[in-house]
Amino acid sequence: MSAEIARPGFFRTAWLVTRKDLTVELRSREIVYTTLFFAVSCVLVFAFGFVKDGRPVDDVSAAILWIAIAFSGTLALGRTFERERASETLQALMLAPADRPAIYAGKLLGIVLLLGAVELVVVPLVALLFQAPYLARPLPLVALLVTGTLGFAAVGTLFAAMLVRARSRDVLLPVLLYPITIPVIIAGVRGTAALAEPDGAAIVRAWISMLVFFDVVFVTLALWTFEAVMTE
Amino acid sequence: MRDVSRHFGRRRALARVSFECGAGRLFALLGPNGAGKSTLLSILATLSAPSSGEVRYGAVTAREAGRAVRARIGLLGHDLYVYPELTARENLRFFGQLAGVRDPEPRVSAALARAGLTERGDDLVGRFSRGMRQRLALERALLHEPRLVLLDEPFTGLDDGSTRALLDRLDGLRREGTIVIVTTHDLDVIEPVIDEALVLREGRLWAVEAGGPGLRARYRAALSREGGHVG
Repeated sequence: MSAEIARPGFFRTAWLVTRKDLTVELRSREIVYTTLFFAVSCVLVFAFGFVKDGRPVDDVSAAILWIAIAFSGTLALGRTFERERASETLQALMLAPADRPAIYAGKLLGIVLLLGAVELVVVPLVALLFQAPYLARPLPLVALLVTGTLGFAAVGTLFAAMLVRARSRDVLLPVLLYPITIPVIIAGVRGTAALAEPDGAAIVRAWISMLVFFDVVFVTLALWTFEAVMTE
Repeated sequence: MRDVSRHFGRRRALARVSFECGAGRLFALLGPNGAGKSTLLSILATLSAPSSGEVRYGAVTAREAGRAVRARIGLLGHDLYVYPELTARENLRFFGQLAGVRDPEPRVSAALARAGLTERGDDLVGRFSRGMRQRLALERALLHEPRLVLLDEPFTGLDDGSTRALLDRLDGLRREGTIVIVTTHDLDVIEPVIDEALVLREGRLWAVEAGGPGLRARYRAALSREGGHVG
């Protein structure tokens, strides 16, 4: 092999893939706009149903926030891999002499950053419409959002990559994704709801620990299985 | 490649195909549509695993040395594997960095020049014609100096000048010791440069023909022979 060739390491490969995805997205802004529009629409529809005379129904805001994240995340996952499918570039990524799990990690990081951008808008919107005091405790809120989004996206990225050539991928992705990520969504909802409770700090910490556990399990399993599931 | 078979459910795409490629040889992979050419290329590229049989790259299999084997393979697929939302330069730089090219810029500039795209290097690939994308995709596949080059219908969309340039390039690769395997239906174009033609039919290696004049006639005769499979 030429001396000018030095195969990139895991983190370098992951960063190259993430940077490429972000460049493509910044140029088209297709996924971030559609995902954001969908998430905001979702929150607004719930606001019309659950806010009466300016007073929201108790304890619904956390569930609405995580439903918006999960639904818009599914949309983002599908679109991200549809883009790779349209030009068959996923094949080129698989053929690259790089760690295939690093390619998964790069795609995962791109999805997490994209969903993070959506959450920057959706979380304040939910807090405003449902008078939820989430922003009063920013650090636990960020910890819940990061760990919850990572757990959801870890499974979603693996499944979206697996289904990229399936004819019914748009139907199959949520059918496979939601049952497996239910523990993550429940932990996110209960942890976020506990943010509004005066004595909820310990409960929040417990749910964050649970989410960290799910993240470790899901990311490890996905890294372990990605190469096998992507080889036809 | 020894006794390689590949099934998709009950459909058999390849049946016990065996052949050997030496360094510095240029092969054409011929056959009618559905003969198994793309499946065979996909297996050689390590993108698919055979249902049975094995492919050895020198002394190792793709399972034993996945990354090292992939570093030696360049694939131009029927789909071109380039991002339409990136510029030509960004595409080459990205795939070069992914392949581990330390300082990709000189190679990228040289590749753009070979593809005749120096002036268009900073344009989005989505605005390119099919022929321009084809030339760019070929350079993407060759950027990391692979030792096994797999080209699926590389002449699609190329004008006469680009076709001539590609044939010269393939000949140059062969002289450098690279193994080149090309699937094509343009037999008249490929016959002067190939060493051997592997003819596939119904997933079987049906015949092996030498390159040179009269390839189309020999190919048709080979396909018309019943039970003509090799091995």
